[in-house]
Amino acid sequence: MSLLYPLVLSSALFGIGLYGVLARRNAVLMLLGVELMLNAVNLNLVAFDAWFADRLHTGQVLTLFTITLAAAEIGLGLAIVLALFRAVRTVDVDEVGR
Amino acid sequence: MNLVEGIFVVFAVIASGSAILSMTSHQLVHSALWLVVTLGAVAGCFVLMTAEFVAWVQVLVYVGSVVVLVIFALMLTRQGGATTAEVTGNRWTAAALGVVSAVGLGATMIAGFDSERIEGRRIGTTGSIGDALFNDWVLPFEILSGVLLAALIGAIVVSRSGSDR
Repeated sequence: MSLLYPLVLSSALFGIGLYGVLARRNAVLMLLGVELMLNAVNLNLVAFDAWFADRLHTGQVLTLFTITLAAAEIGLGLAIVLALFRAVRTVDVDEVGR
Repeated sequence: MNLVEGIFVVFAVIASGSAILSMTSHQLVHSALWLVVTLGAVAGCFVLMTAEFVAWVQVLVYVGSVVVLVIFALMLTRQGGATTAEVTGNRWTAAALGVVSAVGLGATMIAGFDSERIEGRRIGTTGSIGDALFNDWVLPFEILSGVLLAALIGAIVVSRSGSDR
């Protein structure tokens, strides 16, 4: 398989995730955009690991670490969003900013 | 284009299409559910790149728990029918930045790695990933469990501190 297919897909996912982070007003959906960007990174890591045929499987092990960190990030992020919702009764980032 | 590349293109189209739908949908729960489709298609891409263990971890952790967590948060923070404008005023700036970054990254990749191929010589089975993880990556693994514990405690503290006031 050509290495370009996963790389181009990951670029597209990163761009879409960036749009989501910048454009969505709901704080939970901003976190979803971050997850998409992290998935693009995972795709790159796995693609380069398979391309290198690395003995230590560096890319795939790092992908597992990234997935774990993303789970930790979304757990903490959603806790912060819930605390924000309790404090100001909205998760709209435009409303919160005012 | 051989069979693997054809299947990969199908998964890639599904993944990016549902990612776009997820980021533009006006129904909040719909965008979380479209994200499930994206993550599942990316897991399929992992299988095609000989990373089967990572693909199953992706299905278990992302599709299984992260999306459930997100749907919980969406339901807990629901405001009464206020789903009028789900995007901010700088939507077009955001779209332009997204397109610029995607095109820029894609062009860099194409310029750098055109004509390189994935041979699939070392398959990422559970056994080989476990060998690598517990022989060579033990210390990062242990540090990561500390990070995960800290994040867990942090999440509990943050979500409790508001409720007793």
